[in-house]
Amino acid sequence: MAEITMREAISQALWEEMERDERVFIMGEEVGLWGGTYAVTRNFYDHFGAERVRDTPIAEGVIVGAANGAAMAGLRPVAELMTINFAFLAMDQIVNGSAKIRAMFGGQFTVPIVIRAVGGGGRQLGATHSQTPDVVFAHFPGMKVIAPGTPYDAKGLLKAAIRTDDPVLFIENATMYQSKGEVPDGDYVEPIGVSKVQREGSDVTIITYSKGLQLSLQAAEELSSEGIEAQIIDLRSLRPLDLGPAIESLKQTNRAVIVEEGWRSYGVGAEVAARLYEEAFDYIDSPLKRVAQVEVPLPYNRELEQMALPQIGDIVKAVREVL
Amino acid sequence: MAEANVAVKTLDKKELLRLYHEMALVRRLEEEAAHLYQQGKIGGFLHLYIGQEAVASGLLSVRRPEDHVLTAYRDHGVAIACGIEVKYVIAELLGKATGVSKGKGGSMHLADVRLNYWGGYAIVGSHLPLAAGIALADKYKGEPGVTICMFGDGATNIGYFHEALNLSMVWDLPVLWLCENNQYGMGTAVERASAVEEIRQKAEGYGMPNSRINGMDVLEVRGAAEEALGYVRENGTPYFLEVVTYRFQGHSIGDPERYRDKEEVDRWREADPIKIFRKHLIDTGAFSVDDLSIEEERVDQEVAEAVEFAEASPDPPPEALYENIYADS
Ligand SMILES: Cc1ncc(C[n+]2csc(CCOP(=O)(O)OP(=O)(O)O)c2C)c(N)n1
Ligand SMILES: [Mg+2]
Repeated sequence: MAEITMREAISQALWEEMERDERVFIMGEEVGLWGGTYAVTRNFYDHFGAERVRDTPIAEGVIVGAANGAAMAGLRPVAELMTINFAFLAMDQIVNGSAKIRAMFGGQFTVPIVIRAVGGGGRQLGATHSQTPDVVFAHFPGMKVIAPGTPYDAKGLLKAAIRTDDPVLFIENATMYQSKGEVPDGDYVEPIGVSKVQREGSDVTIITYSKGLQLSLQAAEELSSEGIEAQIIDLRSLRPLDLGPAIESLKQTNRAVIVEEGWRSYGVGAEVAARLYEEAFDYIDSPLKRVAQVEVPLPYNRELEQMALPQIGDIVKAVREVL
Repeated sequence: MAEANVAVKTLDKKELLRLYHEMALVRRLEEEAAHLYQQGKIGGFLHLYIGQEAVASGLLSVRRPEDHVLTAYRDHGVAIACGIEVKYVIAELLGKATGVSKGKGGSMHLADVRLNYWGGYAIVGSHLPLAAGIALADKYKGEPGVTICMFGDGATNIGYFHEALNLSMVWDLPVLWLCENNQYGMGTAVERASAVEEIRQKAEGYGMPNSRINGMDVLEVRGAAEEALGYVRENGTPYFLEVVTYRFQGHSIGDPERYRDKEEVDRWREADPIKIFRKHLIDTGAFSVDDLSIEEERVDQEVAEAVEFAEASPDPPPEALYENIYADS
């Protein structure tokens, strides 16, 4: 075990998978010479060469589209989108390509593509560069959408994403690259579509993922000092969505708060709450609460932006309300 | 180009000095912005225009008030050349309520519709279709403006570029497409990302008249822009102008610049558009060294006052978070 950053964990997964399987290659803007805008692929270009670490023109449509094609033809592309906001320029290739090509041709093709994309707000990048639109992509059957909250899961899940024959969108949060966690040495794979208990507690269930996990863990510490113990369930994957551990936890706590960084309407909280009401109504003693982003395009001004983003205090408050 | 040169030669001294002042102001503004960023007063991305001043100033010195202007996120110089006062630019960089976009846009999103400056856009290539639409609206309403759309070399590799250029020819739209070829899109040199090194060749593919000029000489830019705008105005159809320039700083603040060597940057610094113009003004006897020094002091003063104004300005109030989201709320 070693304590490493999220950036290192993602980087290690890519590196090890490229060493393991020659079909794996990286393509995207500034992934090569620059070393990745967030330095995730630093040194890859020198080690693996320009054939396997391919700098592309600024052209998201063809980045995902060509990666789809290469995946259909037997390669294992990892296509990097500099930010998830630019995935909207590749939306057709994701939605009508990656997600559908297998089903549409009766299973003749597989599209083992991984799209890595960085999202999240809080860095004063303004309305178009600060979004957390994870649910948009999770809407489409055929896609797998992963968004890890710890270095351990990032490494294990990215390896799984590269090895699965299905198309995966792997979402990273730009404010989390420096966050640290224990990661085993060597190879391991985490299962896609299995959520995980990240903190034990019996008073309330917090269901979250990615940046929301970080915030929730901190909120749980604060609550713990008041004698409230929160059980934290990390979804890790938005599609497939596994609510097993959340329901198990609810059986004990009978109360839940759902935390996400994205907007509230039609969000992760909306989906999770609907399914909990459908599948676990008998265990719910108090209306479920959602903590999410205020429904405005994010402003540049620092204070306004922070006002719009979910904060630790919002989670603490929501927990007190459901108790 | 002959005709344009005649026009340039007849430039009066007042206009020459105004041009010099404007370019020096943009340079000073950008230096100050870098400083404010280092102090933590500006957040997010900050794309400086240093090295490219002659493009916006030369081009926009011949636009008419009815001409619309759009650009990408490297927009401070364009904003100034459109006539936005420097204090409202700096206020926006500081996220203040007095900023051109009320502190909600930041560096990448300056706009002032009263000055017919329709904004800086942060999604590469996304404003090219908008420019086509704005030109369509002029044509539809029978209004005389030309839409001037500025973008980088990197933006010419994205689908939007091709869709917009094509549409502007098919629909005869009055657009001046202006490519600021500063030779890199982030760390990617033009020849590593574009199938043709002369970006103007892409316009060729759409049957669009075009030219490629030196963007380090403000008078050359002005002359070429005058001719190009004249063409669009007269024919009501698009023109493509590629302006070759160079950015002296990193792509955004914090760029490690591993993709180019210092010698290359130094070589280009010798073609500094402000130094070249300064020398021209002195060599032709239009102005003395003292005249220009006085102007430079004015610029320093202006930027210092603008910073003072911006720092003293209020932040947007909390309720601003909910404002300007919908037109009918
Ligand atoms: C659609 C999209 N993809 C990627 C980016 C990230 N990005 C911002 S600027 C830039 C380079 C653009 O280069 P160029 O068009 O030459 O303009 P310059 O920065 O040189 O002025 C990139 C890749 C973006 N903003 N939008
Ligand atoms: Mg460029």
